[in-house]
Amino acid sequence: MTEAIGRGVRWFSVSIACALLTACASSGTVVLLPENDGRATAVTVRQGDKEVVLDQPYAAAKATALGPRSYSSSAREVDAQFGAALAAQPSRASSFTLYFVEGKDEFTEESKKVVDQILSEIARRPVPDVLVVGHTDAVGNDQYNDALGQQRAETVRAALMRLGIPSTDIHAISRGKRAPAVPTADGVAEPRNRRVEIVVR
Amino acid sequence: MANPCMRSVLVLAALWSATLADAADIGQIKISKGQVAIEREGTTLPASVGVRLQTADIVKTGSDGSVGITMDDDSLLSAGPNSVLSLDRYAFDPTTNRGRFDASLNRGTLAVISGRIAKQAPDAMTVRTPTAILGVRGTTFAVSAND
Repeated sequence: MTEAIGRGVRWFSVSIACALLTACASSGTVVLLPENDGRATAVTVRQGDKEVVLDQPYAAAKATALGPRSYSSSAREVDAQFGAALAAQPSRASSFTLYFVEGKDEFTEESKKVVDQILSEIARRPVPDVLVVGHTDAVGNDQYNDALGQQRAETVRAALMRLGIPSTDIHAISRGKRAPAVPTADGVAEPRNRRVEIVVR
Repeated sequence: MANPCMRSVLVLAALWSATLADAADIGQIKISKGQVAIEREGTTLPASVGVRLQTADIVKTGSDGSVGITMDDDSLLSAGPNSVLSLDRYAFDPTTNRGRFDASLNRGTLAVISGRIAKQAPDAMTVRTPTAILGVRGTTFAVSAND
């Protein structure tokens, strides 16, 4: 019992010390950055039971003893505080899509040109890793389509390996029918959804 | 299958197996400048470009250091000088995009572009600092943690 109280008091003192330190050290800021493609974006900032939502470019919050305090930051401020972190940001993933000649393990003529683009994107990156993602149309259940998508991805992975890309840098996965290029009702056959996406990152 | 309880059991099982499969490889160092190190199970490893990361790795930068990381779900994390970034928890199923990503910035500066985990479920990614917990609904933000 006494020990429990002691623990409680210690915890309380630590909390006060933290609160005081937080107040003195102006510890920590969060800034929402503009999204290139204008998509909606947001971050919530929670301290204890207090929360603020940042949902505008340069909306920011600073930790204070009384919880997160909202303010407006700017491109200049962000550059001064986060310039080095932003300069170290890796390139975003680049995505390409390959289509098969129906019923064959062979790329369409269009897709053969895309293969060249993929190879130059891989060459451009210092330590490329390549994700080969198989997609299907909506005919059949998830289990069937997951397997079919995996099979398509493995075929393309093998083709990329023949072009000289090390096997350790290429991973084949399947998204089955979950991410159609052209949304359809379940059970609909759609050639444009039978594809393999190559993500270079 | 309509049973919500059964469904969560299946989701957990899927996440668990995804965690096992990806245990040794959750992301990769893409950019490394100046002094950067990885602390893994009590040992310190050099964080050179190309090194693959594991759950519970702590990435530290020196006064001249910065580091850029691409995670398996396409999340991009990059830290500036004098930073301590911990990859506390990571699970990702690339087929369903379901997963969980919790990172901590104990010190320094961090820029984030969230990836497929946060896109699939807005509550599935958090970044902690010594003072706050950030819920990542997407997509690009910067956070600092002072001493």
